[in-house]
Amino acid sequence: MNTELTIGFLPLVDACLPILAHEHGFAEEEGVSLRLVKDMSWATVLDRLLYGHSDAAHLIAPLAIAATLGRGRPAQPLSVPFVLGLNGNAITLKPDLAAQVRPEGGMGSPTEVGAALKVIADERLAAGRPLRFGVVHRYSSHNYMLRYWLAACGIRPDKDVDISTVPPPFCADALRRGEVDGMCVGEPWNSVAVQQGAGEIVLSTAQIWRRGVEKVLAMRQAALEEKRDTVERLIRALCNAGAHFVDPENWDRNAEILARPEYLDGSAELIRRAISDQLLIARDGPVVHYPDFMFQHREAANFPWVSQAEWLYTQMVRWDGTPFDADECRQAAGVFRPDVYRSALLGTGAPLPGASSKVEGSLDAPTVVGTQQGSMMLEKNVFFDGMVFDPHDIQGYISRLP
Amino acid sequence: MSCGVLHCKRPDMRIAIIDESAARASIIREGLATLDDCELFVVTERRGLLARIGEIEPDIVLMDLGNPSRDVLEEYFAVSRALQRPIAMFVDESDDESIAASVEAGVSSYVVDGLAPGRIRPILDLAVRRFNAFSRLQQDLAEAKGKLAERETIDKAKRILMDSRGLPEPKAYAEMRKAAMNQGKRIADIAEAIVTAHNLMGGG
Repeated sequence: MNTELTIGFLPLVDACLPILAHEHGFAEEEGVSLRLVKDMSWATVLDRLLYGHSDAAHLIAPLAIAATLGRGRPAQPLSVPFVLGLNGNAITLKPDLAAQVRPEGGMGSPTEVGAALKVIADERLAAGRPLRFGVVHRYSSHNYMLRYWLAACGIRPDKDVDISTVPPPFCADALRRGEVDGMCVGEPWNSVAVQQGAGEIVLSTAQIWRRGVEKVLAMRQAALEEKRDTVERLIRALCNAGAHFVDPENWDRNAEILARPEYLDGSAELIRRAISDQLLIARDGPVVHYPDFMFQHREAANFPWVSQAEWLYTQMVRWDGTPFDADECRQAAGVFRPDVYRSALLGTGAPLPGASSKVEGSLDAPTVVGTQQGSMMLEKNVFFDGMVFDPHDIQGYISRLP
Repeated sequence: MSCGVLHCKRPDMRIAIIDESAARASIIREGLATLDDCELFVVTERRGLLARIGEIEPDIVLMDLGNPSRDVLEEYFAVSRALQRPIAMFVDESDDESIAASVEAGVSSYVVDGLAPGRIRPILDLAVRRFNAFSRLQQDLAEAKGKLAERETIDKAKRILMDSRGLPEPKAYAEMRKAAMNQGKRIADIAEAIVTAHNLMGGG
């Protein structure tokens, strides 16, 4: 008799692993039956998780930490035993703005695009019409990546430009109507804006942080302990789904599955583009291949590095304007559970990192790292501005941020 | 007429109902209209939502859980200084059960800080009941639609039997009823089979 698990998700390409674990029978093979519940806002995905309507959720990583720390609502400890993927988001600007900041025919570098954008941001601020950006949630990696990039380019979020929440399905509309000048959102919503001629892609978030943590599998801490065995089965199933997802042989079929009405209810063509790291950056422009635009499997991408949770905490402190608090930092770090990941995959062929934390952004060339099981080579994981996050000196890092 | 700082009478509670489904919003409105100390505002338009909320200055906001704008509204409540009084999410930790009922019914609620729970509770309970009533209505509607479709199939099958076997109408119906009883099936299922078979044989 299979154990049933209910997983909440938002219709985004990076909800792919739970969906494919269900559709291809990876979960069933592990003795778990998945019930997938689609919602239209992160608030509702989180409500269902907190009130027991779902056992686990596809969630933006910072929101799992914010919920644990009680930011925006009473604290409820969440746990993340598995990262659903890295990056996969892009920054899309109104076409006229994009044309002014991006080199012709490609995406340009974050530094160049940022320098050109700064000139415009300054002009707009002086004219009393500051640039406006949309992000999918206050506690989203989209918000943190956009802000990281802007700040490093000398554009001060909340002072020089406005940033507010726009739900992904409304992004293209908001661009077209001029409610925002740009947005940072996941796929397929950049491509939808491009297809409608409402926007053009200028950067992928993978250019800002080459290995930025994105969606996670979040659970109530208590539920994780209660269902520990089932969760470990689920982790193995999600890992197998990851291997299937990144295999080019399966891209057509997987795109068709994800496009179904009960999942993304969107265009299989656009979804296939995203999962193959192809981006149509402008309606009449070229399709650009950006390797590792989405990153769901290789290099133990799903391993919940404690240092990633700590990095997210530094950004939360930075943009909420709250002081660094060692207790909070420890709680934030404790949300990511490499111990559960390890115990689930021990004895399988999956590589298991030897450490639970790493210096983020320090690798600018492929590097072999120590493992507990299997072998692993980590490729570049740099931040575009060359800053390095050392989890042994979190406060020092915060003080060096622009 | 102003009462100054001290209220000489209990002020009306301003309730905003945000729902992209105008039908459901009106059902909730109708339910809450029975409360005599509430002023109700229905917002069905997504565009300009925050500006509208700023104008209404609600004490309570009710929003359907399926609304993509929930994240927008929560951010506004968290960071906006536009409202005179901060609006906090209604999460009374001591009362998980009623929140669970809200989630079950599909409604989320936000209230201004400092409102007496005794005044909020009846409103939220009523909202939950109206949301549930709406779901039931929709279910009934779906069932009614299904019944209508069954009725049509049965009529079609009857006509096929009348034409192909020259049976009068009551006899055609009786034949189907007999088959249904013999096979332990519903008449609608028998009718469906007849229509399908007829179509496969090149009729229809």
